[in-house]
Amino acid sequence: MKYILMMNTMKAGCEGFSGWEKKDVQAHIAYMIGMAKDLGKSGELVSAEGLTFPDQAKLVRAGKDGMPITDGVFPESKEFLAGYWVVDVATPERAYAIAARGSAAPGPGGAPLNMPIEVRPLMSGPPPVNP
Amino acid sequence: MTTRPLEPAIEHLLRELTPQVLGSVVRRFRDFAAAEDAVQEASLAAATQWPRDGLPENPRAWLTQVAFRRVTDHIRSESARRRRESEAAFEMEQVAPAAAAASESDEDDTLILLFMCCHPALTPASAIALTLRAVGGLTTAEIAHAFLVPEATMAQRISRAKQSIKDSDIPFQLPTSGERSQRLRAVLHVLYLIFNEGYTSSAGPQLRRADLSVEAVRLTRIVQQRQPNDTEVAGLLALMLLTDARRLARTGEGGELIPLAQQDRTLWDRQQIAEGVALLSATLPKGAVGPYQLQAAIAAVHDEAATAEATDWPQILALYNLLKGMSDNPMVALNRAIAEAMVHGATKGLELLDALKDDPRIAEHHRVDAVRAHLLELAGDENGAVKHYQAAAGKTGSLPERNYLLAQAARLSSKLPATNRKGSV
Amino acid sequence: MKYILMMNGTKAHFAEYAKWSKQDIEANVAFMRGFSKQLKDEGVFVATEGLGWPDQAKLVRAGKDNVPITDGVFPESKEFLAGYWIVDVESPEQAYQIAARASGAPGPGGVRGNMPIEVRQVLSGHSDLGL
Repeated sequence: MKYILMMNTMKAGCEGFSGWEKKDVQAHIAYMIGMAKDLGKSGELVSAEGLTFPDQAKLVRAGKDGMPITDGVFPESKEFLAGYWVVDVATPERAYAIAARGSAAPGPGGAPLNMPIEVRPLMSGPPPVNP
Repeated sequence: MTTRPLEPAIEHLLRELTPQVLGSVVRRFRDFAAAEDAVQEASLAAATQWPRDGLPENPRAWLTQVAFRRVTDHIRSESARRRRESEAAFEMEQVAPAAAAASESDEDDTLILLFMCCHPALTPASAIALTLRAVGGLTTAEIAHAFLVPEATMAQRISRAKQSIKDSDIPFQLPTSGERSQRLRAVLHVLYLIFNEGYTSSAGPQLRRADLSVEAVRLTRIVQQRQPNDTEVAGLLALMLLTDARRLARTGEGGELIPLAQQDRTLWDRQQIAEGVALLSATLPKGAVGPYQLQAAIAAVHDEAATAEATDWPQILALYNLLKGMSDNPMVALNRAIAEAMVHGATKGLELLDALKDDPRIAEHHRVDAVRAHLLELAGDENGAVKHYQAAAGKTGSLPERNYLLAQAARLSSKLPATNRKGSV
Repeated sequence: MKYILMMNGTKAHFAEYAKWSKQDIEANVAFMRGFSKQLKDEGVFVATEGLGWPDQAKLVRAGKDNVPITDGVFPESKEFLAGYWIVDVESPEQAYQIAARASGAPGPGGVRGNMPIEVRQVLSGHSDLGL
């Protein structure tokens, strides 16, 4: 069963790392790399991606003539996707355990950040009419 | 399709022969797309049969015969529906699939293929994919893997590129002397782009993108051998060798970027450096100096410095001043600003950067912020440096670069008085 | 350059969608399928996923002793990711044009929509020569 594990951020990117020591930034990055490597080895990783910071995000709509209408204005309270893992696992509990590992990524002083990771099942077919 | 890894010798032989065979087939049948498909099939057949049955006596003739047969089969089945073409099909049958001896036109054929695959009618991504396939002999799966797209997507990209060539009616011949230099520049640009794709990639068990740099060097060598008097071809090859020589030192154990000034120079490939320098020394005196040669010369000055401190920056600045005169590339201006700072001080370098603020091609590029941050740090403005490292981190599309820039921002900001130390991602 | 094109919606949006007629949903699904196929034909397709509905979403944090803490409580205003495409293109403008096409997916009554598509660049594991 495939799940997507999403790290969302309210902050505009860099501010999230503001005030960290260099070794803390490096430890955080190394943790993420290590996690992806382990999931690769166990065969559970389908993909893992990081996105550019939210200030680069664009909202695109179809204009009347089909040309894109692009703006960068989002509600203040919006959560942005910072990155995600897609995993293929046997049970939802395994997906939650992997998410918990992501959540424990270290922050300032090496303390676990305890970020909330949003976990959603991926659909293999079209959405049901009455969920 | 299961692919067992081929014996290196067979794989090497196929990679060398397939573009030559493709040349023969295109010459004979004048249909690039059909020829390319046929040669691919012949190559797959070889990959299956040769390990099992042993190498044929004349591998090139073997491939050519199989490819010829595939194309005639294709034409025959097409024209079976059309009465008018049946005569032509009958004619095709009469052609004995003769052992095609290696001809003098071999060398030209590979070059012609390169010119075709790098034709300006193709987008860069299409030209890169098609070149790696038709001239590089890489499989679609290998190319897809290198670019991290599904195999079916890469197959479509290549197929559409072949169709563009067909639609543009690009003939299978060397460009006219009037077009030659523009077309050659297009080829060199595509080869440079391929080299760039292999420049660095994050550590990962599946990624072998460094092979793309090796492939770019190989293809550029092929061009250089066939155009030994072209100084920019030699310049590009030298640039690649001198840059690739530093590859092992460029990436740390965790995949992190290590800038030139901090690299362990014992990890540099001295043989490649020697080859690049020798090539450059033989080329510069010919007098037709161009941007690739100058970039190579700059790389050579770096590569010949025993330590970062020993780098001959005045020489590098002089080379950038020459380069500025012949290249409109705003990246050149950026790099020149760094050289200026190293020779005349950070303030002078920053002045040069300011001039770039109005250049729309580069004003929003992350490297401007990154260079500014570096120069501000040199100038002692750590606050400013932090801001610009962070701005650069926000603009780059490269994960290894973002990680590097965030680490620099953190390194400097932790030296500053703590204003707001509470952070979460 | 890889871009992710995201369709987001609040719980209310999802609930509305569930009330569409069977025909309208089928038309929308057919559009999505056809769109993915077009992207494949164009040689730009990298991935696409549809996500399970918000009521199946979980928020996971690292707990003590590696036991994940899981809950399913989200603010009413939260935008949930409904699905995404990842495309490999040669410029941001190309990504916006593709997003505009996705934005035109048909809605109730088969009317061409113009839902906002969030476009973000996916970070590559690659770094440039910088020449």
